[in-house]
Amino acid sequence: MIRLLALRELRSLFAMPSTWFILAALQFIFAWFFLARLEAFLEIQPQLAQLANPPGATITVAAPMFNTVALLLMMLVPMFTMRLIAEERRNQTFALLLSAPLSGCHIVFGKFLGLLVFLAVLMTGVPLMLYTLALGTALDHGLMLSNLLGLLLLTASYVAVGLYISALTQQPIAAAIGALAVLVGLWLADIGAMAEDSPWHFISPLNHFQNFNAGLLDSGDAAFFVLFSAVFLLLAIRRIHNNRIYG
Amino acid sequence: MSGAAPEITLSARNLTRRFGKRQVVHDLSLELKRGEVLGLLGHNGAGKSTTLQMLTGCLLPNFGEIEICGIDLLRQPVLAKAHIGYLPETPPLYRELSVNDYLTFVARLRGMQPGKAAAALAQTRQRCGLEAVGKEIIGTLSKGYQQRVGIAQAIIHSPDVIVLDEPTIGLDPSQIRDIRNLIRELGDRSSVIFSTHLLGEVESVCDRVHIMQEGKLIYDDTTAALASYGGEPGHLEENFIRLTETQR
Repeated sequence: MIRLLALRELRSLFAMPSTWFILAALQFIFAWFFLARLEAFLEIQPQLAQLANPPGATITVAAPMFNTVALLLMMLVPMFTMRLIAEERRNQTFALLLSAPLSGCHIVFGKFLGLLVFLAVLMTGVPLMLYTLALGTALDHGLMLSNLLGLLLLTASYVAVGLYISALTQQPIAAAIGALAVLVGLWLADIGAMAEDSPWHFISPLNHFQNFNAGLLDSGDAAFFVLFSAVFLLLAIRRIHNNRIYG
Repeated sequence: MSGAAPEITLSARNLTRRFGKRQVVHDLSLELKRGEVLGLLGHNGAGKSTTLQMLTGCLLPNFGEIEICGIDLLRQPVLAKAHIGYLPETPPLYRELSVNDYLTFVARLRGMQPGKAAAALAQTRQRCGLEAVGKEIIGTLSKGYQQRVGIAQAIIHSPDVIVLDEPTIGLDPSQIRDIRNLIRELGDRSSVIFSTHLLGEVESVCDRVHIMQEGKLIYDDTTAALASYGGEPGHLEENFIRLTETQR
C-alpha cells in the first residue's frame, strides 16, 4: 500500500508541467555551479600542485557543490512538500484516502517515500556531473558516497518537516511558507549561535550534514537524521488521526 | 453470508457527533441490509453529510458504534473499510491523472490484485458510461463525466456497502436517469445509502427512506409509506415538507 501511494505521488508529480520546468531549471542551476567550481579549481590548480599534499578535485569541486545543493534543498523541498496533504485537503481528495482501507501510517509513509524518490531523481544530475570528473582525474569515492548519503538523509529530514506542516493546513502556500520558515529558522539559529555547545547547533539538520560533507561518517549524525525524520512523521500520523476526530 | 433473512451489511447505533458545542448528529441509529437502497433526506445542514462521513470512517463519532459486515469500524478500521465504497459531496479526483490510471489506483488502494483490477476497470467503465474517456485526463472532463468517475471509484471494487453523497448533483436529466438505473442495479447485490435533495430520486430508486432534521432521524419507513404519509397518498414532496415542519 505504501508503494502504491508513493507511485501515485510520483505519477501525479510527473503529470504536472511545473515539475518538468523545475526539473529543467534545477539541472541548469546545478550545472552552472558545477562549472563555476570547476573553473575555480582549474585556475588555482597550478598553485595547488606545488603543495606537498594537494587537495584533489573531489574536495575542491564536489564537496562545495554538495554543500550548495544542501542549501538549495532548504528552499526547494517546501515547494514540493506543500502539496502533499494540504492540496489533498483543499481538493477534497483526502476523503478517498481516509475512507480507503489504510492507516495514517500508510498515508504518511507513502507520501514521504514518493517525494523522497522524486527528490533523489531530481538530484541524480549532481553525482552524474561530478563523476564526469573521473574522466580526467581520480575521485575520492568515499567522500562522494558520504556526501550522497548525507544529502539523502538531509532531504529525508526536510521532507518530514514539510510533510508535517502540510498536514496542519488546507492551504498549500501556507504549508510552503511554514516549512520554509522552520527550515531557514533552524539554519539561521545554527549559524547565529556563537557558543560551541549551543543546542541550536544540535537541532539544525544542516549542521549535522557538515560531517558528511567533510567525508566523516558519524553514526551520531545519522541517528539524528533518522530521529528527526521519525519525530515529524509521527507528528504527521498523529495529525491525520486528529483529522478524523476534529473534522 | 447465507440464510433466509438478508444479511445486515451496515449497522450504526447511537451515533452522536459534535463540532465544538454544536451537536450535528444526535443519537442516530440505522441499519442497512444487503440488496437495499436507502435514501437519506433532509434540509441543508441536517447532518446528512456528517452522518455519511462517520459511516465511511472519515470522521469519528463522539459516541456510538458502527459495524460494516459485522466488523467494528472504530476498532478495526482497515478491515471494515475494505467493504466500503464512498463518493463524498465533491468527487475525490486527482485531476492530473487519466481516468484509467485513477480508477486502477483506486481499485488497488481498496485492496484489489492487479489482474482483478484490470477486469474491474473494464466493467466499471462500461457501467458508468466511461468507455470513451478512459485515456482522458480527469481535469479536462466535463462536470457530468467527473461525477461519473466519482461514482466509478466508489463501486470499482464491488463493495458490500456503497455510500453516495448527492450522487446526481450537477448531472443533466439523461445522466441522472442513467445514474439512478445504476444505483438500482447496484442495490441488487450490495447495499446502497445515498443522500439527496431530490424527492423524485427517492421515489424512483429507494426501498427505504430516512429523513433527518437537525441531526436527528425523524422518519424511517419505506418509500411507499412516505408517499401515503398522513393518509394523503401520492404527494411525496408535500409529505416531506409537512413532516419536517411539524418536527421543528
